[in-house]
Amino acid sequence: MGKFLEILKRDLRLAFHQGTDSLIVVAFFTLTIALFPLGIGPDQEILKESSPAIIWVAALLASILSLNRMFETDYEDGSLELLCVQPITLEVAVIAKILGHWLTTALPLIVISPILGFFLNIPWEGYLGLLASLTLGTPCLSLIGSVGAALVLGARRGTPLLALLILPLYIPVLIFGVSAVDALIQGNSPQPHFFIIGGILLGGLALAPLATAAALRQAVE
Amino acid sequence: MNVWFSKFANPNRFLKVSSVIEPWATRFTFALFGVGLCFSLFISPPDYQQGETVRIMYVHVPSAWMALFCYTVMAICSGSYLIWKHPLASIIGKETAPIGACFTFLALATGSLWGQPMWGTWWVWDARLTSMLVLLFLYLGYIALQEAFDDRVRGSRAAAVIALVGFLNVPIIKFSVDWWNTLHQPASVFKMDGPSIHSSMLTPLFLMALAFKAYYIWLLLVRVRSELVAGKVTRWKQRKVAD
Amino acid sequence: MALFEARNLKCCRGDRTVFRGLSFCLEEGQALVLKGRNGSGKSSLIRILAGLLSPVSGDVIWEGETVFNEPEEHFQRFQYIGHLNAIKPTLTISENITYWVKLHGGKLAYLTKALKKFDLENVLDLPVRFLSAGQKRRVGLVRLIVSSSVIWLLDEPATSLDNAMIEQLENIIRDHRKEGGIVILSTHQNLKLDDAIELQLDSF
Repeated sequence: MGKFLEILKRDLRLAFHQGTDSLIVVAFFTLTIALFPLGIGPDQEILKESSPAIIWVAALLASILSLNRMFETDYEDGSLELLCVQPITLEVAVIAKILGHWLTTALPLIVISPILGFFLNIPWEGYLGLLASLTLGTPCLSLIGSVGAALVLGARRGTPLLALLILPLYIPVLIFGVSAVDALIQGNSPQPHFFIIGGILLGGLALAPLATAAALRQAVE
Repeated sequence: MNVWFSKFANPNRFLKVSSVIEPWATRFTFALFGVGLCFSLFISPPDYQQGETVRIMYVHVPSAWMALFCYTVMAICSGSYLIWKHPLASIIGKETAPIGACFTFLALATGSLWGQPMWGTWWVWDARLTSMLVLLFLYLGYIALQEAFDDRVRGSRAAAVIALVGFLNVPIIKFSVDWWNTLHQPASVFKMDGPSIHSSMLTPLFLMALAFKAYYIWLLLVRVRSELVAGKVTRWKQRKVAD
Repeated sequence: MALFEARNLKCCRGDRTVFRGLSFCLEEGQALVLKGRNGSGKSSLIRILAGLLSPVSGDVIWEGETVFNEPEEHFQRFQYIGHLNAIKPTLTISENITYWVKLHGGKLAYLTKALKKFDLENVLDLPVRFLSAGQKRRVGLVRLIVSSSVIWLLDEPATSLDNAMIEQLENIIRDHRKEGGIVILSTHQNLKLDDAIELQLDSF
């Protein structure tokens, strides 16, 4: 546990020293959302209806954009190789790194999302749902994404390849994340949607670190 | 299991076995396609509702089956490659992927052609079509990852991991797309399955399905053989450089 | 019975066999120097001993038992210095070293002594990005002294070190061997080690 916190602390410290990285993700998220009204047109009704979907799609894209940071610098400077020969279970170390990544890239998105919802004219009932579904859904994105981030280490064209590999796997999270918000707006119970996202989260928590650790061992071989 | 597996997986033995199977696979392919196409194009009756367009089904449904079948083969090969580390498993998986991607594309294209007269539009976000589209992207991701590394072994292993991850995800994706579809398109969706398929349609359907499978085996054997030969050539060149 | 042993190791990269039938035995205090031209498998051998690369066949043995069954115990036993230093340019020297010591276990009390040996005690709180290549290498090497691992696996440890520092490295290796430690290293420079065993990898 002490080692888990040690890894997490270092990743947070690194992110703090390179604060612009987190800022870029937030800026990308905001910009993507701002593009939709420009494309669709300023019709309040249409924006209101599609705002949960717009925010979620932007969150997906921002997540893809930030994923390569999860292991790439560690891979390039030898830290990853050294991490693999430490007396700590690699799967646990992977969870620490995923948590660190989530705290530094996804959490800022969740914090800023109500303001963006405001711009998109999202109904009041949707705010809580948006926050809850993002809070429950973005860890799924980080978990699933970690497998892809580990697999493309050392590959040519890493980031576009990562998008091709991981975006199809994000579809369930997108569908249930958006339906949870929609259900709340329409006055239905969002509970089944949240249960399914929770199920995906638990499944991801159990399986993704295994696959990611296996991929990391391959990458440093 | 391991002994049996490595016995079968010896490349030279594989070449020997495949040289026996391959001519038969070729013959079966032509024979089954000949008979199957006769049945599906001429002998089977047009549907009372859909008319002649129902004949698209005899290509569409078998290719959709093959798309799923090929992905399953890929996943099984990837699993055995990661466990037993046998290169032949990875070659079979790797050579299956483009074939599977083509079948998926064929299923999408024929589905769209079929949809035009049936639904009045080339594309609907029907659960089946959407899942197939996702499957196509899973295939493309596998192929792209395989090719993205200078080290061939590393590419094969990474691709094997993503094939397994994708395989676990396919049911979840299918389920979520179904859910999403019922949310957005209440009840009016056209249903193909049901009791209405007559045996006069089942015969050509199964003949065509078998023809597709024979074609796949034929194609796979040719591709694996050429891959093995290409590997030999590369090794020969490397030795020549080393000497 | 030898303390640390490799038996009949075979290593392949891609389709190429790098070496096969490679064996050695090491007792307390012994050093093994790996020699051979580029691509003869010096780094690969060190990576196999570290458990980063799995051999096609053969075994690595510690006190009569294969190390691959209990990898985490094995990781505790050695310090690995690779081609890369595994340090973060934005963190200070002490932050960088402390992190690895906390993960691996070791005595942080030795840190000041270790830094003095490598002539780094004055730049302790400087972010690593201001250091020269040789200084960065020294930061990487500090881990050796702070840790209490028996085996040192060193892949080209003397890269970008000046002569004075190479001499210091030789002293440190001598001290480690006196305390019963085992050193396995590959090098292009001529590190002077007393009665070290040489292993010529070209012949495997």
